[in-house]
Order: sequence, then C-alpha cells, then structure tokens
Amino acid sequence: MEKMSRVTTALGSSAISGRTMFCHLDAPANAISVCRDATQVVVAGRNIFKIYALEEEQFVEKLNLRVGRKPSLNFSCADVMWHQMEENLLATAATNGAVVTWNLGKPSRNKQDQLFTEHKRTVNKVCFHPTEVYMLLSGSQDGFMKCFDLRKKESVSTFSGQSESVRDVQFSMKDYFTFAASFENGNVQLWDIRRPDRYERMFTAHTGPVFCCDWHPDDRGWLATGGRDKMVKVWDMTTNRAKEIYCVQTIASVARVKWRPERKFHLATCSMMVDHNIYVWDVRRPFIPFATFEEHKDVTTGIVWRHQHDPHFLLSGSKDSTLYQHMFKDATRPVDKANPEGLCFGLFGDLAFAAKESLISSDANRKPYPGGDRRYPIFFFKKPDPTEQFAHVSSALSVFETDLDSNRMDWFVKTAQLYLLCGKPFAELCDHNAKVAQELKRPQVSTTWTMLRIMFSDPANLTMPGLNHNLSKLGTLPLMNSFNMKEMSSGMGTESRLERSKGESRQDNIHLEPGNSHASNNNEENEETEGSEGQAEYMFCDAELDDDDLYSMENDNQAEEQEYMLPQEAFQLRHEIIDNPSAPEHLQQDKADSPHVSGNEAEVTCLTPIESFSLISISQPLFSPHLPASFFCPIVREMLSYYAEQGDVQMAVSVLIVLGDRIRKEIDDLTQEHWYMSYIDLLQRFELWNVSNEVIKLSTCSAITCLNQASTTLHINCSNCKRPMSNKGWICDRCHQCASVCAVCHHVVKGLFVWCQGCSHGGHLEHIMNWLKSSTHCPAGCGHLCEYT
Amino acid sequence: MEVQDQESLGRWDRLGSRDAISRTKAMENICQDVMRKVEAIRPIPSLAPPASGSPPKSDLNDILAHLLMLSKRCPYDDVKERCVRLLQGVQDLGVRIPRPLGNGPSRFIPEKEILQISKVDARTQSIFEDAFAALGRLDNISLVMGFHPQYLGSFLRTQHYLLQMDGPLSLHYRHYIGIMAAARHQCSYLVNLHVNDFLQVGGDPKWLNGLDEAPQKLQQLGELNKILAHRPWLLTKEHIECLLKAEEHSWSLAELIHAVVLLTHYHSLASFTFGCGITPEIHCDGGHTFRPPSLSQYCVCDIANGNGHDSVLTVGVLSCSLFPKEMCGEVEVLMERMKQLQECRDDEEASQEEMATRFEREKTESMLVATAEDEECVPSRDISRHFEDPSYGYKDFSRRGEHVPTFRVQDYSWEDHGFSLVNRLYPDVGQMLDEKFQMAYNLTYNTMATHKDVDTSMLRRAIWNYIHCMFGIRYDDYDYGEINQLLDRSFKIYIKTMVCSPEKTTKRMYESFWRQFQHSEKVHVNLLLMEARMQAELLYALRAITRYMT
Repeated sequence: MEKMSRVTTALGSSAISGRTMFCHLDAPANAISVCRDATQVVVAGRNIFKIYALEEEQFVEKLNLRVGRKPSLNFSCADVMWHQMEENLLATAATNGAVVTWNLGKPSRNKQDQLFTEHKRTVNKVCFHPTEVYMLLSGSQDGFMKCFDLRKKESVSTFSGQSESVRDVQFSMKDYFTFAASFENGNVQLWDIRRPDRYERMFTAHTGPVFCCDWHPDDRGWLATGGRDKMVKVWDMTTNRAKEIYCVQTIASVARVKWRPERKFHLATCSMMVDHNIYVWDVRRPFIPFATFEEHKDVTTGIVWRHQHDPHFLLSGSKDSTLYQHMFKDATRPVDKANPEGLCFGLFGDLAFAAKESLISSDANRKPYPGGDRRYPIFFFKKPDPTEQFAHVSSALSVFETDLDSNRMDWFVKTAQLYLLCGKPFAELCDHNAKVAQELKRPQVSTTWTMLRIMFSDPANLTMPGLNHNLSKLGTLPLMNSFNMKEMSSGMGTESRLERSKGESRQDNIHLEPGNSHASNNNEENEETEGSEGQAEYMFCDAELDDDDLYSMENDNQAEEQEYMLPQEAFQLRHEIIDNPSAPEHLQQDKADSPHVSGNEAEVTCLTPIESFSLISISQPLFSPHLPASFFCPIVREMLSYYAEQGDVQMAVSVLIVLGDRIRKEIDDLTQEHWYMSYIDLLQRFELWNVSNEVIKLSTCSAITCLNQASTTLHINCSNCKRPMSNKGWICDRCHQCASVCAVCHHVVKGLFVWCQGCSHGGHLEHIMNWLKSSTHCPAGCGHLCEYT
Repeated sequence: MEVQDQESLGRWDRLGSRDAISRTKAMENICQDVMRKVEAIRPIPSLAPPASGSPPKSDLNDILAHLLMLSKRCPYDDVKERCVRLLQGVQDLGVRIPRPLGNGPSRFIPEKEILQISKVDARTQSIFEDAFAALGRLDNISLVMGFHPQYLGSFLRTQHYLLQMDGPLSLHYRHYIGIMAAARHQCSYLVNLHVNDFLQVGGDPKWLNGLDEAPQKLQQLGELNKILAHRPWLLTKEHIECLLKAEEHSWSLAELIHAVVLLTHYHSLASFTFGCGITPEIHCDGGHTFRPPSLSQYCVCDIANGNGHDSVLTVGVLSCSLFPKEMCGEVEVLMERMKQLQECRDDEEASQEEMATRFEREKTESMLVATAEDEECVPSRDISRHFEDPSYGYKDFSRRGEHVPTFRVQDYSWEDHGFSLVNRLYPDVGQMLDEKFQMAYNLTYNTMATHKDVDTSMLRRAIWNYIHCMFGIRYDDYDYGEINQLLDRSFKIYIKTMVCSPEKTTKRMYESFWRQFQHSEKVHVNLLLMEARMQAELLYALRAITRYMT
C-alpha cells in the first residue's frame, strides 16, 4: 500500500492509463525507447524509424524520421535511445558503425542532428547519461566504447575493452561516473568515465556472449546480465569481487533484460531466438516466471517499461512488425497453471506425496494411522514477504513408509550378489543358485532352479542326494503357504493395489499388519526357522489370486483343508498335483487351460517342492533320457514370463542368462530387452554396480550390451596444471607433463589409478590407501583435504 | 574397396598406442600374419604368370597397401621403420609390393615441406598421434592442416564429434551423408575415405550403388544437399517443411541439424581438398600401384612440384624463376595498400549510396570472375551416382531476372542466432563450431611472406567477406571497396573457383596467386575459405529452419 501511494505521487497529475493494445509497423523492429513522460515511443529497425504517441486506446503515428529519397544505412538502426532529460533528443546506433543523434525540435523534415562515424564496425548500443544532458556512450562490434560530448564534433574519450565486440553499455543509475559494458566473450567490465586507459573491474559473467545488462534502478550495487547461455544473473557489485546473488535459467538466449520499476526483485526478459514470449521474473523464484506476455509471433527485440515509476505498463517491439503495450493485469501467470502436487516412490517402497496444504487439511476425515505408515509434516515455509507477489503455495509433504518387514528388499540385494550367472557348468550354477534361494527362504525360486537343472542337464548327471536334501528341507512348506493364503482371502481386494495408490497403501498396511503377525505366529508354531519368509512369499500368492479367482478359490479350499493337518500330511496334496507335469493330457480334460499353465500353476501355488519330488521319484521313468530338453522350453518360457509379471524380474533374467542358448530363441528379443532393462535399472537403484555390469556383459541383446559402450568418457584434469586434459593418453598438452604420476611414490602409474576429484592428484591405489590411513591431506602437498569415495 | 574383416581390423588398432612396447608387439603380430599369408600364396606367382591384384592375393594386397601407408604416414618412427623392413622382406620373398602413386599428401605442396612440420613442432606431433590413435590412419588432409596445429586440433575435435560421438543420427547415416556431400563436388578423395568408413560401421553396401538404393529418408536429403552446395540462398522454409513432414520418412529437427552440419562440413572440406590438391590416400584406390615404376609414369606436376627425383627439382626452380619481375614487390604492394586503407579511412568517407553500390559492384564482379576454363568435366560415374541432377551447379547470386534479397548479417548472424539454434538442437556442436570459426577467423602469425609483425586482420576480413559476398551475405559495416584494393584478380579467381566449383581448381591457379607467399600461408587462406563457406551455407540453412520454426 505504501508503495502504491508512492507510485501515484511519483506519477503526479499525469497518471497514465491504457489497455493492452498493439499496432502494426511496416517492418521488423530492432529496438524501442520511450520518452520521459511516457507519452511517446520511438521504434527503430533496419527499415523503420518512427515515433508513436501512446494514447488511451491506440498507438498513433506521430513522426517518420526515415526521410530522404534513398535512405542510407545510417537509418538502419541496431539500437535507439530517447534522452531521459531532454525530450527532443534521440540517439541511434546504426548497423554500419555510425552513431547518430536526432533533434526533434528541428524545423526541417530531416531531424538528423549529429553524425559520428568513428566506429569501424556495427554499433550495438547507445546510452545517454541519466543526468548529464550532453553525454552519450556507444559500444561497438569493433571492441571499443566511445563517449561523446554532443557539443563537440567528435568523441571525447575512447575505451578499449581489449577484447571482442561490446554488446551492451549502461550508465549506472546511482554512480555518476560508472558504466558497465558487456562483451561477446562473456566478460563484463566496469569503467570510470574519467579513466579511459583501464577498466576498474572485470569479471566473467557468462559462457558465450553477454547480450545485455541493466543496473537496478534503486539498488546501486545490483547489475543484471543476460547471455547466450540462457541465463540471467544478478550481481552484487558493492563487494570487492562481483558476487552472483541470483540466477534465473531461461529456455533461450537472453536478448534484453530490464528491471521492473517499483518492484525490487522483478525483471523482464526477452529472448533472441526461438522463444517469442516476454517473461517477468521474480529473481527469488527462478524456476517459474512471475508473469508472461505471449502476444508476439516472432522474437521480441525490444522491451521497455513505459514509465520509470509505473510497474504496470510494458512496451515491446518485435520482429513480427508489431508494437505492443502490455498491461500487467492481462499477463498470464504460469504459477496458476503449475501443478503443486508431487508423488514419488522410494527405493524401499516408501512413498512421498506433496500436495497443497488446503487440499490435505480439507481431507478431515482421515485418521492417523498407526504402525508402519507415518506422515512427516514437513512444510517448506518461507517467511511471507509482502513484496513478493507470488501466490503462496505451501505444500505439505507426507511420507508413507511401508511396513519394514512386508516389503523388505533384502532378499533382492542378497540374491543379486550371491547368484552365479556364469563361469561354471550349467548344473552347478543351478545348484548354487538354488542353494542361495533356499538360504534366503525362497523355496519356490529354489525349486525352480532345481527343476531347471533337471530339465536341461544331461539326465546322467542328476544327483539324487542333492535333491533329496532339498526336498526334506522343503517338506513343511505347503502348510505355511496355506496359512498365508487363508489370511489373505480376507483382505484380498485391496491387496494388489498396494504399490499403486497411496491412499490405499495405508489401509493395506493396517490390514496387513494383523495378517502378517498372524502368519508369522503360525509359522513360529510350526516351523521356527521360517519366520520372516512368509511375507516375501505372500506377494506372489496375492497377485496370482487376482489373476484367477476361480483358481484362488480352489487354493483356499485346499488351504483350509490343510490348516488342520499336520505337516507330514501335507504330502497328501502332492498326489493331486504330481500328475500335472507328467500327464498334460489328463489335465486338459480337467481344465481348459493349456499344459503350460499347469506347470506354471504348480509353481505358483508354491507347491513346487512336491513337484520336484515327483520328478525324482515318479517322473524319471517317464522322462527317459531321450526326451529332448527343448520339450520343456514352452514351460520354462511361461515360467519366466510369470516371474517377470510378478515383479521378480531378477529371476527371469537370471534364468535367462544361465540357460543361455537353451531358451533364448524361445523368447522374443523385445521382451528380453525389457526384462534386462528393468533388472539393470533395479540393480542400479540398489547401487549394485558390479552385478549390473555383469548382467550387461552377459546379456545377449545387442541393445543391452551396447549400454557398456555408452558414455565411457571420463573427463580428467591434469594433476600438474589443473586444467582439463583434452588429449587422450596421459600427457597433458598444455604443460607437457605426464599427468598420471603417483603423488606418493612419484612413479608413473600403470594399472589402477585413483585420484581426487577435488585437486586432481592421485596415484597407485594401494599407495593412496596407505597414505590416507595416516593423513587426510593430499599426498602431493597441495593442502587439499582429499576425499575418496 | 572390400570390407575388411573383423580380424584384420583389429590388427591395426594397437599400433596407435602411445606405448612403444605395445606398438612393437602389435607390429610383431602383423609381421607373423603377413609372413603366413605370403607363405600360403608363395607357390602361385612362380607357377602362374604374375598378375597383380589376382583374387587370392587381394587380401594380402590390402595389407601390403596398408603397410605401405604406415611406412609413409605413421607418426611413430619405429612403426614406419618396421613397415619398411617388412615390405622389403616380403619383396625379397618374391612378392610384388605396392608403391605409392603421386608423392606426398598434396599435389601442390612439396612432400618434404609437409612432413617436416611434425618434426619441428611437438604440438603438431602430438595431435597427429591422437588422430592416428583414433582412426588408425593419418589422412592427408590432417597432414596438410598440420601447418596450423591450433586450428587442426579444433578441426579434428569437431569432426570426431560429428562422426563418432553422441548424436541423433546413426553412424552409417553420418558417413553416407558425408559421401553425398562430397560427391556433390565430385571429390573422390573424401568419397573413397568415407565409403571405407561407411562399410566399417556396418553400412549396407547396396546404398553405395546410388542414392536410389538408399532409404527414402536419405533420398529426400538430396534436394537440400544440392541447394546447399551450389545456391544456398534459394533455400526456403518450404524445403525444411518438406523434410520434416514426410510421414514415416520424415526427419526430426535434431537429425536435420546434424545432417545440415555434416553436409556443410563436407561441402567446405571438399573445397579444401581441391584447393590444396590433396592426393588419394596411399592405401585407398588410386593411392598406390603394384606396377613397377617406369619413367613414363611420372606426371608432370610431380616433377614441377619438386616431388620427383632430386635431379628434376631444378626444373621446378627454373620454372618459378621465369617470372621474377612480376613477383617481386607483390607482397610489398599489398602491405602498402593495407597501410593506406588504414590511414586514409577516416578522411575520405564514402557516402552511403557509394557503399551500397560498392557491395553490388563486388557482387557483380565476382560473377564476372571466370571460374576456370569452361571445359565441361563430366563427373566419373563412380561418384555421380551418389547424387542426382549432376547438371545443377553454382549459379551466380542474383542474376538479372531472379532477384534474391541480400542476406544481412546484422539480422541473422552466427554468433547471435545460428549458434543458439544449433546448440539447442545438437548440444555441444554449436560450441565446437563457434570455436572453429573463431579459430579460423582469428588465426594469425602476424607475418606476410618474409615480413614480420604485420597486422593481417584487414586482409583476413576482406577474404572472409568476399566469400560471403559471393553468397549474397552483406555486412553493413564493411566497405566492399577494400576487397578490390586487397585481392587481385588471380586471387579472386582462385577463391571463386575453390568456393563455387572446387573440382575445377588447378595447380596453375594455386600457383598463380600470391607467388611469394609460403605454402603454409596458402593453406591458411584455404582454411579461411573453407570456414567462411561453411558458415555461409550454415547461415542460410539455419535461417530457413528458424523461419520454419516461427
């Protein structure tokens, strides 16, 4: 409110008003400028040089300054500026290197006043001194800046940037003698107008050209710069070294930047290429524009605030040959369209959810949930700042943790680490992996491995003892599964959506809680060692039930039956299922399902131990040695897809690798690739780099193996001169020293070389390890506290 | 050119190692391999009449040719030496060994002068070693550019990125586009080089039969290739739209930018190749022969070039000294003019109309500069199959009748506009091209012929702007009268020929301009021409794309 009142006083009686409006120009504009009382605007371009009056409802052409039969290149303007003290005075920068001043008070048609042709190349920018009437500054492509006294015929002083072209020059608003210049090579220089011999200060502001700069109208130390690197930076120049205090990343190179009057943190930008919009940024909120003007159809080339104390009117000229007056109230506010909700899954099944506070609090009937899921009330509150006009969005972040036991992924990590995928005969690999799975209490997986071995290896190699051993261990399993089954039938419906929806996940967890405890209780009663295994298993069962209700019913029945049986009697069940794999024809009569599914089924119901038993005891005579391994391929294929669908892509990929050529042809490449990708992704999330690399190496898909050939470049610095090594090999091409010298023993390192990313020093792995035991500083003596991770 | 099988490819790789020991090992392997092969075919030549290049030998011949190349071009002396010895050994066994045709990497520049460079400059040597490690060869272009190691580094980095590193186009597409672009100028050197690479990265040999056999997508690029190479000012956004909206054969913007950069790169590289008279690679077709040397084989240019035997060298020297009067003072006159221009610039200010007419005059005059003798050289079918419409050539910018508006650099420049567009769609390449352009534009040693401490910026700018002028690109802040003062007629002829129809460049043209200047300076001029041309083409192409996007 205070501010507003100040604005009106500043504007005095001639308060400006207007609306969003535009007019067509005859040619593309390069630059625009307004006169001090904000009633007229001048538009300049290659083929246009006109003055328009700003009226209530429209632009009215006042004057065409482009006169003469054959307009010379002096009219081809790169920049224009209206003097802020003297309302008849204008200056233009011409593309041919001329600086021209114009006096509107001249009676003749040609208003050209003075012509300075001292620059050798295009003049990019002209700038009047804010308080001194006769002082004009120009910056040119030839690398020089010149200061003109308009009472004299030629420049009074020349400033040499000692570098490439000058893109912008701006007098400081507050310091009488200071001006800033921005350069094509990314530098910004500060000059004292009295000292043409040397700049006061220079710093590198951007990579690539700095197209524009603007002093803050109120704060004397602030300079905004915009560059080809798509950044707008705000520098605090009051300190010894120019300090970057704000940085806004835009989507295209920044052609112009202008501070918004009366709003300390706002600035307007437009771009030079591709993007036609004008953005107004609050530099404190650099990720989303505060306001956007989207009227132009081609790049905007000039922007200017209509009055130096009025933040509501913005004028702009564009390559699309239009001149616009934008009302601030008509601007689009991207913030309103932004989606303030966010949702993300954690590695271990946790879920973070951020939403507008209002949205969450309105959900009043939610109850706090006990146990596994907790809400973290993390609020990011910034101190409400009255000057900041952004609509405040405060989001509440909730994190829902899944129950530690139910979704634990330990088994995944362990399995990944312990599995052997190559390097041994097929049968041994299977045995090993079966054992691993067994130790991790995953009998189903374990059995699958065992079966695979039986199916695909030479029958002569079958080792009976191993299997029996296996079997005896698994004997009690069916019972346990049955418990799970049963428990599940109660809370079944919501179950499968566990991962998908956050709302339900909460419910599920509560529902699960008793279930789990129940299950584990039962387990403890029956088989103490089976403790935590139930949960892992249960995921499989769950989804299966979803797939096939009929089948699940069947299972439930079985399970109920079983519940009252003693562990040993679980064998009774086997006889039912034993038939499945060995006698598919029989099964087809019973069910419409294909024989493959039956094999599948047997595993699914976690009754596989029995099956394996059957294979040994009964089916061996049936599957005489002459039965080819390919006979099983369809079953195995089904099995793999089943695992993959269950989310255990680990199993699918591991089997795929171990079986190798035996199965590869059965599965189409895309599916394989998909599995590999998912597994590798998972492994990398768990930071199992070695395993993931092994998988990549062993895979047979070309799309996967080539992963190892992508982004193999490692950028290094020379340990000597600290500059990036562009060369291949270890000789730095700048200082011609070998960069791979061990900092400890001073010999050239061949083999494992480890180095600090901070100071680029390093050496033999073991030397560095030894060194770091005794000291934390860099062995090269550079004083850096090295970090090796 | 047969595809070399995997095994033989791997054979040469290890020679690029910086480690002398592993080089020795690799060399030993090659020795054994060659000897085995020689053993295998040895009885044949004794029985059958010796026919060079008979089928069973072709594999061996390829290896021998490669060895020959190594013995001449490898940056490592130890490898060179061993190759020579191995070839000698093979010859002693009675197998015919190849010998290089046409000496030296360039027809215009004496071999000795080129090969000396790397000996003197450690930096050049190290760049050569890099290039050799990356490609397994050191092409003649790099050798010639070795005069200017700063630029060469930037050039090789860019080329490597364009061809090998991450990019929207697949590797064989990139090489094929290179072939298309080079073929437009009938540059058999580049075509051969990239046909090899194309096959190596697994390109379909069928495509090489002609553009008709290549995928539809590449065929559509033919039109763009043609216009860009010869009359880039005719490029409109409709051409771009055509490529981007062709349903299943359409290009994506990123791919198109990549393709455009490749096309312009190879158009201008073709200019360089002809401008410096680059000879075929030793191991490629036409680079070596298995015939024994006979006197009639010497071509005159080799002799005049000082590439032949020492005894004929005097002839070359003599022929040069035939025009002593014309020559002397040429450099001095040029320097005097530059000084004058610098001084009287301020007092004698030409009117704006005058400036405009000067540009127009320079433009029209550039048309009158005859490009070589107008002999219709029919492109060999071998190369012309890679492009369509062979009759389409450079036509002078803005003839009467079809008026094309002048392209004003102030409205669309590389620094402000082109760079942003390229970098947006093909990250990093903008930066590399920017570096390369700047390097070429700003490269100077402050020398002219024998004179030192000369500011050559004016001359460089005149050359650069003259080339852009031929493409109808105008700098508002340049006085085109300067060009007339600084560039004499024979130099203009050379520039014009090299930029517009490089295949017509002759040794005579190369020799007739700037006679007193050194070869390295002439190569410098060639670099300027090449980069200026590339930028001109790029500007037109990028402007069309920008217009399409807005």
